[in-house]
Amino acid sequence: MALYEHIFLARQDVSAQQVEELTNALTEVLVQGGGKVTKNEYWGLKSLSYRIKKNRKAHYSLLNIDAPSAAVTEMERQMRINEDILRFMTVRVDELEEGPSAMMQKRDRDDRDGERGGRPDRGGDRFGGERRPRRF
Amino acid sequence: MAIKDLTTTQARRPFQRRRKTCPFSGANAPKIDYKDVRLLSRYVSERGKIVPSRITAVSAKKQRELARAIKRARFIGIMPYAVN
Repeated sequence: MALYEHIFLARQDVSAQQVEELTNALTEVLVQGGGKVTKNEYWGLKSLSYRIKKNRKAHYSLLNIDAPSAAVTEMERQMRINEDILRFMTVRVDELEEGPSAMMQKRDRDDRDGERGGRPDRGGDRFGGERRPRRF
Repeated sequence: MAIKDLTTTQARRPFQRRRKTCPFSGANAPKIDYKDVRLLSRYVSERGKIVPSRITAVSAKKQRELARAIKRARFIGIMPYAVN
């Protein structure tokens, strides 16, 4: 069976309780299709970066799925029908990650914000007027 | 800030920069994950655009992976497509 990560966004008007019921219903669909859900993470009501179907916020849920593709397709079909679901994304992965995802770990990491590494200095104006010369 | 940066590098060796290495290669490099907004947000500009790898020094392979992760994050609404 194939491994998938699945994220879906539920409308902000529904309660967390209803989202849980929704998750259970979807899990049921997968189980019927011969799969299983190995992890179920509820990220809570988060504000969106842009409006999706007139919503500014959405309930995020992450499911780690181990199921045949037919079961996933069936689940996705039902999700398209459900109007409480704003959007979903299923990503095929080589291995499912154990433990809480990056989204859940965020709070702990905020404490040790010292080293940033990442991007080097980019001069004063970012993408301002003139382009900086290419670096090699 | 730009001027200060220029003078310090010139003091060391004129017109030559220290070669930067890819932040996603080597031991204990962070894993590129579309759910990790904090990590991804370092590689987008203030306008929300993906920063070219020649600026961030990300390797070509990792840049493709990074771009894919950012696009996924945008799709699920945790990162913006454009910021005004």
